[in-house]
Amino acid sequence: MNSIADFKPGDIATIIGFTGEMELQSRLVEMGFVPGIHIRIVKYAPWKGLVELKIRNYHVSIRMSDAKNIKVKRFDY
Amino acid sequence: MITNFPNEKYIALIGNPNCGKTAIFNHLTGLDQKVSNYPGITVEKKTGKLKSDSDDVINVLDLPGTYSITPESIDERVVAEQFMDWIHGINRPSAIISVVDATNLSRNLYLTTQLLDLGIPVILALNMMDRVKDKSVLPEFSDLKEKFGLAAVVPMSALEGWGLNELKNAIQTSITIRNPRKSRMLFSSHLEVHELLNPLSEYLQQQFDYTPRLARVQALRLITRQSAVDLYRPPHSGEHYFDTEIVSIIEELREAAVQAIEKAGLNHRTLEATIRYTWLDNLLQQSENKEVEVLRKITRSEKLDKILTHPIFGPIIFISLLVFIFQSIFSWSTYPMDWIDAGIGLIGNSILDIMSAGILRDLIVEGIIGGVGAILIFLPQILILVFFMTLLEDSGYMSRVAFIFDKFMTKVGLHGRSVLPLMSGYACAIPGVMATRTIDGWKERLTTIMVLPLMSCSARLPIYALMIGAFIPARKVFGLFNLQGLTFIFMYFLGTFTALVIAKILSKFIKTKGHSSFVMELPPYRVPLMRSVFHQVYSRGKLFLFNAGKIIMAISVVLWFLASFPKVTVDSTNISNLEQIEIVNPIHNSYAGKIGHTIEPIIAPLGFDWKIGVGLITSFAAREVVISTLATLYNVEGDGENVVSLSESMKNDINPKTGLPVYSTLVALSLMVFYVFAAQCMATFAIVRYETNSWKWPLIMITYMTSLAYIASFLVYQGGSLIGKF
Repeated sequence: MNSIADFKPGDIATIIGFTGEMELQSRLVEMGFVPGIHIRIVKYAPWKGLVELKIRNYHVSIRMSDAKNIKVKRFDY
Repeated sequence: MITNFPNEKYIALIGNPNCGKTAIFNHLTGLDQKVSNYPGITVEKKTGKLKSDSDDVINVLDLPGTYSITPESIDERVVAEQFMDWIHGINRPSAIISVVDATNLSRNLYLTTQLLDLGIPVILALNMMDRVKDKSVLPEFSDLKEKFGLAAVVPMSALEGWGLNELKNAIQTSITIRNPRKSRMLFSSHLEVHELLNPLSEYLQQQFDYTPRLARVQALRLITRQSAVDLYRPPHSGEHYFDTEIVSIIEELREAAVQAIEKAGLNHRTLEATIRYTWLDNLLQQSENKEVEVLRKITRSEKLDKILTHPIFGPIIFISLLVFIFQSIFSWSTYPMDWIDAGIGLIGNSILDIMSAGILRDLIVEGIIGGVGAILIFLPQILILVFFMTLLEDSGYMSRVAFIFDKFMTKVGLHGRSVLPLMSGYACAIPGVMATRTIDGWKERLTTIMVLPLMSCSARLPIYALMIGAFIPARKVFGLFNLQGLTFIFMYFLGTFTALVIAKILSKFIKTKGHSSFVMELPPYRVPLMRSVFHQVYSRGKLFLFNAGKIIMAISVVLWFLASFPKVTVDSTNISNLEQIEIVNPIHNSYAGKIGHTIEPIIAPLGFDWKIGVGLITSFAAREVVISTLATLYNVEGDGENVVSLSESMKNDINPKTGLPVYSTLVALSLMVFYVFAAQCMATFAIVRYETNSWKWPLIMITYMTSLAYIASFLVYQGGSLIGKF
């Protein structure tokens, strides 16, 4: 199973769900990270602490440690 | 928590962070609350009155931005607590304006679906319509209204200022609605979920008299997060007091419901949001092709970010910006400072001409004009600082700085979201401490608060500027930099660097509770609205003048009395040499003189004389008071025939015991370093006490900062003296 952390900037992926007991999943799903929605990996912050994503026409950054818990599959266009 | 508007009609503005609620609030009320381009700039409730032709008073409540009704951080909890009151029938608004960013409809409408559960009329304000290039992506407004069960849908742009009359009309109509339309959201399609939640929702229904629908919604919300349970617990339960017994029953039933949901193969943390989004996405019906097309579009902001958040250029650009800003503060302010200085001298001298000699003239010239005037000179520098800080915030750049530095900040025990509070600390610690509410981890938040006063605030600016202007030679170094400007930047660097070191140390001692996460929107860059930037500069300047006019004037007047009395008549026939003239200057026998001389032995190792000692005491209230204190003391000491310039008096001051000048470059450095670290601001202690809810943290703050100040000054002065001897 892939996580966002396995992709590189420019890739588009489809959200499948979350792994683990990650507390943040409540917030992410409230922000629209629901299964079936697509995201684009925009870029990594310096020192790879954060990743910037585009979803539902907005840009958001989350920590890599949290990104690892978002299950996705590659979306080819 | 204060009751909002008892017995008066009011409407509430709710929406996601950075969707323009406060801009709409300002339009509706004619007030000027701070707006910005940073998610989470409003951390508190704001209230005003609706401007309208109608005689009825309608109040407006602006709430902090939130993505959901169950809170993740303290600024969001403000909304959640308010919501608790409304659910339980207390203080319900006549209507809710759900402000949404039209460029980002689905995510914004999520919160709207939650608002619709209350049975209060909801007006949808489709803000930022100016930014929607392709209007065909928007759903039919009449469709939205029907399917959601909204009271009205108003497309508008708070930025361009249109749609506001329509919004006001919608408000007037909505507040008369008696039976608001029910939300059309279909929970009935998830019967199996409600079956599992039944014990919990039935208990809520009979205990609190909820409608069946509200009971189901609350049950869903309770299983999402622990924080939803905590909302039933005082002090977060709004106006309510729920018995501990009730809360523990809720807790038990919740635990059982969570188990049941998990057993059914569902995710209790994401259930509410998944149900709502399924309904919402289905209603908005965006095709996958369209969705991917939007995703692939590279925005202008993204192109700018290729450089601005670049792994190497990003940090370099940020540091260069800071250096440029502090250098500008120092160099741009020279001329306006001279003008103000000349103006104050002119006023003082004309009063000397007009009024006849006496105590009143002395009080006005030495106390008020001498003291307050000395502070006013630094107004231009503070305005320049606030100008730049507002530009950074309004452009959308500050959230990028959080993005660049989160990793680094985490390493020193802080948080990416600590950057904005710390940077606002350059202007003033108080708004900075309040801005920490957007940091969701308590440990990171507390650490940020504790080191924030080490950021050199604008009250230190006059001290640095005075000392550097008078005692640091205006030499060029490396043929490029001005030594004065460099010293100035160094003081800012010293404070900032120490803040990071102390944060690292503190984070080892503060016991952690709860987790920390980082989710931050990166809003599109925007050319700052000059009207709003200048408004910020203006209100900051007004605050500074107000302080100068009130606190500093009061302290100056009191100090003038202390420095002028008791009057001792000097028998001049007994004076044989210059040294004695100095000693018998009446100021030495005054109350202020006695106080200063008493503490002189403690501060002598730092290179400070008794006048600075008096300044250290008075400036415990606010740092900049040290300037007015010194100015008043020198004016009283002077012959009273003209208003003396503070920096000239300091340069000419001779220590009667040693016959050497009181001030040297070393003393100036020692004094500046002292003020970099010293905890001297009553208002900061008060806000820290309020935000941490205990006296423990402000006391620790005062202790560590004062110790740091004394030790650092001691090292600078004694070390410098030693080097000087060789």
